[in-house]
Amino acid sequence: MAVVAQPHDPSDGHAITQTHAEVTRDVVATLGPPSRGYLLLLAAAVSLFLIGILTFLMLIKDGLGHAGYNPPIFWSVYITTFVFWVGIGHAGTLISAILFLFRSPWRTAVYRSTEAMTVFAVMTAGLFPIIHIGRQWIFYWLLPYPNQRYLWPNFKSPLIWDVFAISTYLTVSTTFLVFGLIPDVAAVRDKVSGWRKMIYSWSSVGWQGTDNQWRHYSRAYLYLAALATPLVLSVHSVVSWDFAVSIVPGWHGTIFAPYFVAGAIYSGIGMVLTLIIPLRRALKIEHMINSYHFDNLAKLTLLTGSILFYAYAMEYFVAWYSGNIFEQTTFYRRAFGPMWWAGWTMIICNAFVSQLLWFRKIRTNLTALFVISIFINIGMWFERYVIIVSSLSNDYIPWAWGQLNPTWADWGILAGSFGWFGMWFLLFAKTFPIVAIQEIKEMIPMPRRRGGHG
Amino acid sequence: MAFLKRSKSAPQGRRVPGLVASFLHVDAAVDAIRALRAKGYRNLVVYTPAPNHEIEEALEHRVSPVRLFTLIGGLTGCTAGFAMTIWMSYDWPLLVGGKPIAAIPPYVVIGFELTILMGALSTVAAVALFSVLMGKRGVPYDPRFSDDAIGIFVPTTTDQLGPIEQLLLSAGAAEVRHETA
Repeated sequence: MAVVAQPHDPSDGHAITQTHAEVTRDVVATLGPPSRGYLLLLAAAVSLFLIGILTFLMLIKDGLGHAGYNPPIFWSVYITTFVFWVGIGHAGTLISAILFLFRSPWRTAVYRSTEAMTVFAVMTAGLFPIIHIGRQWIFYWLLPYPNQRYLWPNFKSPLIWDVFAISTYLTVSTTFLVFGLIPDVAAVRDKVSGWRKMIYSWSSVGWQGTDNQWRHYSRAYLYLAALATPLVLSVHSVVSWDFAVSIVPGWHGTIFAPYFVAGAIYSGIGMVLTLIIPLRRALKIEHMINSYHFDNLAKLTLLTGSILFYAYAMEYFVAWYSGNIFEQTTFYRRAFGPMWWAGWTMIICNAFVSQLLWFRKIRTNLTALFVISIFINIGMWFERYVIIVSSLSNDYIPWAWGQLNPTWADWGILAGSFGWFGMWFLLFAKTFPIVAIQEIKEMIPMPRRRGGHG
Repeated sequence: MAFLKRSKSAPQGRRVPGLVASFLHVDAAVDAIRALRAKGYRNLVVYTPAPNHEIEEALEHRVSPVRLFTLIGGLTGCTAGFAMTIWMSYDWPLLVGGKPIAAIPPYVVIGFELTILMGALSTVAAVALFSVLMGKRGVPYDPRFSDDAIGIFVPTTTDQLGPIEQLLLSAGAAEVRHETA
């Protein structure tokens, strides 16, 4: 007999002590009737989403004048929120694909919820460029399709790269999520009855877990992870080039691609923590997602937060070292100009708060982690706000400088985006297994008759 | 331990006749697979709740052909990305200061994204093709095969049922059921 999995040592704190049957039972139990708290949260998310819909209807009726666009700032809250949500998605793919290739055992318990977060975050982000373009009903002009004017998109523009990057990312991450769900939906199908069984049977597309199915499935999963890995690094790089390829002071930094990718993963793990700390309690899966997983998530936050710290420092250093007065003025005004409060919110929430995670006591304290995760979410939204709005607000000549005054239309759409995201995530958590049944089982050695464990 | 119930998934009249056994221990299932393969039963169907290396090794499968589809899909996407951008640039030339009409560096982004997109989609299409459309039909199933039991289905005719049942039980099967056409 070749490689035999070593028995888990229960003393190492993160061993999976459950049997296969217990894993199925506990995960299927999360799909039971919703609690009052869940319904209240869902109602809150739907209400926020309706606020977004109403604001959007006003934007369609009257135009973008409702939003706080003001020369020279024509990219503001919508683009900020677009970058914010795209960034959120990146942690999910990092955990589901990159850590799969690295064979990190702790990813298994959290990967399904983070991959779902990715899909819904990118779905949210994808709405923003469409809202931002003004005449939303002709958004398809972005795509290369034969038309009566014989025009094609300008493929030298980073904005069209973004169209391709975001739509590929949405498609591939949705595929990865749905593909991973198939064996788990089959496991749920075999446990429920009535109309639910019918729906899960249909969704499991005839999955029986035969050797032939697993043979193709496992290989395909590996290749999907291998394709998603460079994709996730490319998507936020392309988003950063929306800025870095231009010549606006504060935007055209060569550091932007890695800086944005690190920031994206940092913000995404912040959102993961915000979501799964309450979720694991609500769904009674505390024994499946425990301090071992949070400790590792927090270490990843610390790593990416420290990369951000370095990137912030380097931005200021390069601005000073360049000797370029426009660059220097932009960065001086970020810290001491009219938007100093936004600049310092970004630096404190991202660079400094993440440094608290050097302490193991904080990494394993869920209340502390939850509070830190809220700081991360706020800090990362402000990072994009600072980069986009403050860079545009001081152009080359002081005569052209201006300030942004966000209006109800900006806040309405921002609130709506949280509602839209929350609504999908909550619906997903009660409809599909939020912990990957099959992948957890793969890590638990099956019982044996002779010797070993069982 | 009467959990082997008749599957409703396969329509009547298309069932493959044979024996289906369930195992609760992975080493017992591996023993049974090896013994059956030694006796010449090579078209077994083995059900597991999760992929299992010991069973994969016992079955001596070749590597899945899915990888070929990933490669072809990726190369198609890459070619399509560069072909589309270059052709469209020449179809409506945007002349900027004597610079090349088709600029390769920016088109790398489109070529890269389409490589990933087509590679991923053709990978999934290949799994649908091999696992669903070309998969074995009419084989029995039991709900516990997705929970904690390993199943082995031996397609066979009536005169062979006795010896195979003995083999499965002596290997450690928890239960054996006859599957008729």
